[in-house]
Amino acid sequence: MQVTLKIFRYNPETDKKPHYETYKVEAEPTDRVLDLLEKVKGEQDGTLTFRRSCAHGVCGSDAMRINGMNRLACKVLVKDLGTDHITIEPLLGLPTVKDLVVDMEPFFEHYRSVKPFFINNDPPPQKERLQSPEERARFDDTTKCILCAACTTSCPSFWLDGQYVGPAAIVNAHRFIFDSRDQGAEERLKILADQFGVFRCHTIFNCTLACPREIQITKAIGEVRKAIATGRLD
Amino acid sequence: MKTHQYDVVVVGAGGAGLMAALYASRRARTAVISKLYPTRSHTGAAQGGIGAALGNMEEDHPEWHTYDTVKGSDYLGDQDAIEFMCYQAPEIVYELEHMGLPFSRTPEGLIAQRPFGGHTNNVTGKPVRRACYAADRTGHMILQTLYQQGIKHGLTFFDEFQMLDLIMVNGRAAGVVALEIATGEIHIFHAKAVILATGGWGRVWEITSNAFTLSGDGAAIVLRKGLPLQDMEFYQFHPTGIYKLGILITEGVRGEGGVLINDKGERFMDRYAPTVKDLASRDVVSRAIYIEIREGRGINGQRYVYLDVRPETVNKYAALDGRTRPDGSPYVVTAEELLAKLPDIIDFCRTYLGIDPVTEPIPVQPTAHYAMGGIPTNIKAEVLADEKGTVVPGLYAAGETACVSVHGANRLGTNSLLDIVVFGKQAGIHAAEYAQGADFEPLPADAADFARSQLEAIRNSKGNERIADIAAEMKRVMMDHVGVFRTEEGMQQALEKIRELKARFKHLHIDDRGKIFNTELLTAWELSNLLDLAEVTTVSALARKESRGAHSREDYPKRDDQNWLKHTLAWMRENGQIELRYKPVVITKYQPKERVY
Repeated sequence: MQVTLKIFRYNPETDKKPHYETYKVEAEPTDRVLDLLEKVKGEQDGTLTFRRSCAHGVCGSDAMRINGMNRLACKVLVKDLGTDHITIEPLLGLPTVKDLVVDMEPFFEHYRSVKPFFINNDPPPQKERLQSPEERARFDDTTKCILCAACTTSCPSFWLDGQYVGPAAIVNAHRFIFDSRDQGAEERLKILADQFGVFRCHTIFNCTLACPREIQITKAIGEVRKAIATGRLD
Repeated sequence: MKTHQYDVVVVGAGGAGLMAALYASRRARTAVISKLYPTRSHTGAAQGGIGAALGNMEEDHPEWHTYDTVKGSDYLGDQDAIEFMCYQAPEIVYELEHMGLPFSRTPEGLIAQRPFGGHTNNVTGKPVRRACYAADRTGHMILQTLYQQGIKHGLTFFDEFQMLDLIMVNGRAAGVVALEIATGEIHIFHAKAVILATGGWGRVWEITSNAFTLSGDGAAIVLRKGLPLQDMEFYQFHPTGIYKLGILITEGVRGEGGVLINDKGERFMDRYAPTVKDLASRDVVSRAIYIEIREGRGINGQRYVYLDVRPETVNKYAALDGRTRPDGSPYVVTAEELLAKLPDIIDFCRTYLGIDPVTEPIPVQPTAHYAMGGIPTNIKAEVLADEKGTVVPGLYAAGETACVSVHGANRLGTNSLLDIVVFGKQAGIHAAEYAQGADFEPLPADAADFARSQLEAIRNSKGNERIADIAAEMKRVMMDHVGVFRTEEGMQQALEKIRELKARFKHLHIDDRGKIFNTELLTAWELSNLLDLAEVTTVSALARKESRGAHSREDYPKRDDQNWLKHTLAWMRENGQIELRYKPVVITKYQPKERVY
């Protein structure tokens, strides 16, 4: 089948402002959108610029807006879109560097701000710390995050004010707050109770819909809010 | 041009690079440069587990792990290095757990373990549960955990900086030339010690589990610096990649009881590995699949077989094999249990194939997966300059880009994740120690000239050759002739093709001549690395007139210990000629014998 791609283009070295360019490519219904981008770059226009690496939805490089939705280009097939016209644009809310590449630094800065690392100051045992399968299951969902930024850049609260830590940072705090082995919940909850923390979430669910790992993000944010409100982690 | 100065510079931020940086930074000023954001590294795609004889599920010993790895390597692995790695394994897995890594758990709260190919109880020969796992996302968890520790300990990262060259002064490593991708600016990282942890080069082949970015940059740069690469003819094809796409389907699927089925509905591994069957080593299983396909027993005569993990199939063959749970009860699985243990595999199949593996079998074919060969190193991760073991001062390598050699002619599943953390740690410790006792070598004025000239040659190229066409032709010929099965004639054809492509590479058609985020330029540069590595692989493979592990020659089908129990070292000389030399394998406890599974 022939597919028409309408792609957001911006080269800061030559363009005063962004524009769209249209490409027609031959595609199989089972092709990934990333395959089409590679095809355009390889066969028609080598200047088209985007990030990609693993090509199967685990590295998080190629989050972008595909027909208005935040998706990984490697995890959406042509047939999933139900149309032969595909519009591809960079993520919203982060500065565009070139074409589909955005500056990820503000995103990672928020991520780093929630202490996204294991805290336990007791001397470790000789072998593993014990954790029951139930305790392990408590935070399983939020361990899946690949930091692709699809959630945070789909959030109207983040668009409105980039100082909001955003869903991805909260997901990564949740992963430790609810880990039975971790001792840093209090300091993380204090950070997230801040004016740019969890209470900026208006349960719009865009993040949950955008997540390519199907993490129940709004639920995780709700659990963190509840922990702040009640002071308990149950 | 900006110049930075650090005691230790680590290149690459996958498992090996991050582990190296965490250890180096304890004692030395350390920077990590990586062409990707660290969490994009391909460690994150590893699925099934990390091998360590914890004995959490049943009796196991590091000694058994050592022997299994030696046997898996088809006796080409260096036994001192293998023993070191396998005895370090339990401690380093506990260390990862102490960093917060969320392993799956047993009912007692211990780290859960599953069977994997080639891991056996050395008394009974039956599969043993040695792979420590976190569902089917073990690599993801390792990568995330190590990156989290990097943030915790304030590591210095230069993200999206592409290494272009290694600076050597007086035979010592003195730094790295890198391109800041966002600006197109060249940076020099002046260092006392450099650790290369740049990963593999699966993109040489058409069907691969590897990321687009796995172009063997570190190995290709070392080769161009006049240093050798070791055992390049040994490249692993993982038996189960998704048909056509090559996306990895973990051996853990077979560990959980999945079986390979041909067009006649036969569980054909019975015939090739009567004892461990579907859990034989990867080289053995990949060859079996190729033979089934060649003899017309691919599904519908096509180039794939089925990997069947439907509960009814799993339970049928588990009963036939007499497989039991750790408590001695018969092994029976439900769809829910499979979903909990293999969630990503099921997600991949739904996304890319539109099938549900608990109700339909998965079409699979062997996929280019892992380089056993690479930059020769010793147990301290020091890079070696020749067959005598002369150390290159200040230069270290770890992970897939290195060849210690713990994998020999064929790597066992779960040993790559083990390799990256064990030898990443060694690299970090020894590079920092070296840096403490060394001075900075003065930088030559022309340190960046070669890298710059390489890039400018591509940027100003005015030919008609498309990067994508050259890449596609390389991948096809390597897949056809330097893949699972090899012959003299086929490999000669491949070599001629690669040399033709290298000539055509000088006449590229380039659209993007800009500086900012020029990924066309970088893709072309990466392709030049792949072409060099493809050539060295083919020349090394042509010379080795025997079959061993992943190097399987139809014209020399037997292993020949008399003549070929030795490592290959390959140099690329200034005139472009490749020179081969050999060095002995380190054999301590285990004399080579016939390899039967």
